[in-house]
Amino acid sequence: MTTLARLDGVTRRFGEVVAVDHLDLEIESGTILGLLGPNGAGKTTVISLLQGLRRPTSGTVELFGGNPADAVNRQRLGSTPQETALPDALRVGEVIDFVGSHFAARVPTAELAADFGLEELLRKQTGALSGGQKRRLSVALAFVGNPQLVLLDEPTTGLDVDARRTLWDALRRQHDRGATVVVTSHYLEEIEALAERVVVMGNGRVIADDTLQGVLGRVGQRIVRLTSPELDRVAGLEGVIRHEADGTFTVTDSDAFLVALVRSGLPFSDLTVRGATLEEAFLSLTHQEA
Amino acid sequence: MSIARMTVVHAKYSLIETLRIPIAVVGSVVFPTLALLFFVVPQEAVSGNPEFATQAVVSMSVFSVMVGSLFSFGLGIAENREKAWDPYLRTLPAPGIARVLAHILSTGLLALVGLIPLLLVGAFLTAAEASPARIVLGVLAIAVSSLPFMLIGIAIGYSFPMKGAIAVVQVLFLGLAFGGGLFLPPEVFPGWLNAISEFLPSRQARDFVIGVVQGGTIEPLTVIGLVVWTVLLLALSLLLFRRDEGRRFR
Repeated sequence: MTTLARLDGVTRRFGEVVAVDHLDLEIESGTILGLLGPNGAGKTTVISLLQGLRRPTSGTVELFGGNPADAVNRQRLGSTPQETALPDALRVGEVIDFVGSHFAARVPTAELAADFGLEELLRKQTGALSGGQKRRLSVALAFVGNPQLVLLDEPTTGLDVDARRTLWDALRRQHDRGATVVVTSHYLEEIEALAERVVVMGNGRVIADDTLQGVLGRVGQRIVRLTSPELDRVAGLEGVIRHEADGTFTVTDSDAFLVALVRSGLPFSDLTVRGATLEEAFLSLTHQEA
Repeated sequence: MSIARMTVVHAKYSLIETLRIPIAVVGSVVFPTLALLFFVVPQEAVSGNPEFATQAVVSMSVFSVMVGSLFSFGLGIAENREKAWDPYLRTLPAPGIARVLAHILSTGLLALVGLIPLLLVGAFLTAAEASPARIVLGVLAIAVSSLPFMLIGIAIGYSFPMKGAIAVVQVLFLGLAFGGGLFLPPEVFPGWLNAISEFLPSRQARDFVIGVVQGGTIEPLTVIGLVVWTVLLLALSLLLFRRDEGRRFR
């Protein structure tokens, strides 16, 4: 394994807002790294720092051992435009050739089109493509230069299930050929389908950096709601990670918690149990950190 | 990848894109030639007089390049600011200067194409005359004097959204064209209008190119004016460019 990119004590502010806060992150070759976090966690800022689009306010960003702001260091980097950004008047084949002509070791257009199911569309103007087709083209563009490192920002947001699976399959094939992939998402499902290593971000910082299994364990929590005159004592039971004044409890194991609740003999009513949403899981991770 | 090669690649695809949506090309290529055909050729007093006819062809050439520059830079930049394609291109391994040069190259090529029908109409349907060497010098002079218009386009592109930029460019190019004596020769202007006109970059560009093509004297005000406009507009463009970086990323 070699280190392809590194963020070292990186802070990036936008005016008053701190988007990335003293972040350390190393991206090693060979993995699919999932960058997970709620909106506003700083995922997209990390991607744009690695692309050289933005400079850190403090700290250093390294890409292939150099500064990502220098075009030379982006020769082995692949990234994706937003699908709404494609130039409407250019044909699919032209867009691939245009982007491909920036790279010394480019993939032939026909080969890339076959990989991403674009063969039938090469003569079409991008303005005539459906949303899913545009997305496939956008993601395909990240791979035209035979990149070592690929950065994908929310690659399947807004796609239907079929289109999403097709794209995931294509991504896995590219990864098997040796591309290291960093994929951001706020969908746990997407990260589960693709990633081997998962970095969870919140408020511009790394909250968790673990294998997929490890992170799933940490975010697989339950929410228990109940009313009780003794909420404070309920909060003191085994396995309660956090609680709110309205009787909402975040617990690691709801079965064990209920057994403990009944055994304690504390009065309660209106009990409901449900799985934590990703947003809530992130909140409790942030809470643990703080 | 060399800067030269990347410049050519970016200019090529920018031209393909422009030619597929030909409104800007129609504005800068067809309209000036039509104006020359309808307003100059039928007027024997102008089209039959070598001096006046040459000045009319030069005025229309300056007009053509001015409109091309304003539209290409004003609308092009306003559009790029609204679409995320431009930030994507910045992630590709091409130096930033290549994209700027490509914009100038593609605009310049379109402007040259626009000059061909104008020169042909001028040569065959009017009494306009100039030696091949003078024509080449004239084209170079137009290229130099189009700098203020490119910079005005850049300033508009960074100041307005796409729809606003279209309106501003249209109002501006009409004002600059009439006020600069590109449609009607400044000789027919009343004194007060002529006084204003002499400070407009369009008038200065016209006088400069006419001086180069016809070999007359070029007033110091003309050259100083072009330089001052270029410097002021360059400063304004840089200011707006920097401000835009701050706003876009917030």
